[in-house]
Amino acid sequence: MLSKSKIFFKGIVAVLPHMLSVIPFGIITGAIGIELGFDPILVYATSLIIFGGASQIIFMQLLSGGASSLVAITSVGVINSRHLLYGAVLSEYLEKLSFLKKLFISYFIVDQGFAESNKYLKQNKNLSNPHYYILGTGVTLWFCWQLSTISGIILGSFIPEELGLKFAIPLTFLAIIVNDLRKLDHVFVMLVSGFASLILFNAPFKSYIILSPIVALIAAFIMLRLRK
Amino acid sequence: MTWFSIIVSGIVTYFSRMAMVALIDREMLGTKVKEVLNYVPAAVFPAIIFPGVFFNDFGSLVEITDPKLYGAIVALVVGFYSRNVIATIISGLLSYWFIIFFLLK
Repeated sequence: MLSKSKIFFKGIVAVLPHMLSVIPFGIITGAIGIELGFDPILVYATSLIIFGGASQIIFMQLLSGGASSLVAITSVGVINSRHLLYGAVLSEYLEKLSFLKKLFISYFIVDQGFAESNKYLKQNKNLSNPHYYILGTGVTLWFCWQLSTISGIILGSFIPEELGLKFAIPLTFLAIIVNDLRKLDHVFVMLVSGFASLILFNAPFKSYIILSPIVALIAAFIMLRLRK
Repeated sequence: MTWFSIIVSGIVTYFSRMAMVALIDREMLGTKVKEVLNYVPAAVFPAIIFPGVFFNDFGSLVEITDPKLYGAIVALVVGFYSRNVIATIISGLLSYWFIIFFLLK
C-alpha cells in the first residue's frame, strides 16, 4: 500500500511536464497585468484570489479596456464554470472526506491537476487516500503559478515573444487527451467539442469554453443512448 | 472597485471548484450522468486545443502553411505512440520552432 506522502509525490511528478506551459503562461499573465497599468499588488491578487490563468488575463484586459465590473466578473464566472465538471468527476474520490477538507482541496482544482488525477485515479480505484494525489498535483500547480506570476510582475515579460510559447498551452492539453484517441467514442466527443469551439468562438463572455463541452456532453449522452 | 471585482470573481471561481465536491451528494447523480462524466476530459480540452491551433491572435482561421498546424500534428503522432506527456509537448514545440526559426527564415 502506498503511503500518503508517496501518493502526494506521485501527484507532483505527474504535473511536472505541464510546467513547460504553466510557468511561461504565469510570467506572461503577471507581465500583462503590469503592462495594462494595474498595481502590482492587484495583479498578484488575481493569482491568489481568482487563481485561474486565462480568466485572470481576460479579467484585467476587460477592466483596463473600460468594461464594467459586472462584465469582467461574468466573464471570469463563465470561463471558470468548467471547474464544475472537474468537481463532479473528482467528487468520486473526495466523498469520504470531511466538509472542511473538501472546502480546502477544492481551491486546488485546476485543469492540468484534474486531468492527471482523473487519469491516474481511474486506473487505481482502490487507492486508500486518493485526495493526496489531487493535492499533490494542485499544490504544485499552485506554487508554480504564484511564483511565475510574481516573476512576471517583477521582471516583465522576459520570455521572447518570438518563441511563441503560447502554443505550449494547446500542446499540454493535447498531451492530456492524446491517449484517449484510441477510443472511438472519446474521439467522437472530442471532435464535437473541437468543432463546436471553432463555431462558438465569438460567443459573448468567452462562453465557448463552457458551451462547447456542454454540446459535447449532450452528444456523448445521445451516443450512449443509441448504443444501448 | 477593482478590488471588489477581484474578490467577487474569486468567490465565483472558488464556488465553481467547490460546489460539486462539497455541496452535491454523489448519490444525487444518476448512473447516466456518471457515465457521461467519463467524457469530461474529451469534452472540455478540445475546446481549448482547437482555437489555440486553428485560430490566430485575431480569432480568424490560420493559413494551411501555419507552423502551429504542423507542430500539433507532430505532437499528436508522438503523443499517440509514446503515451508520454513531456514527449508530446516537447516534440510539438521543437517542430514548431524548427519551422519558424529555420524553414521560414
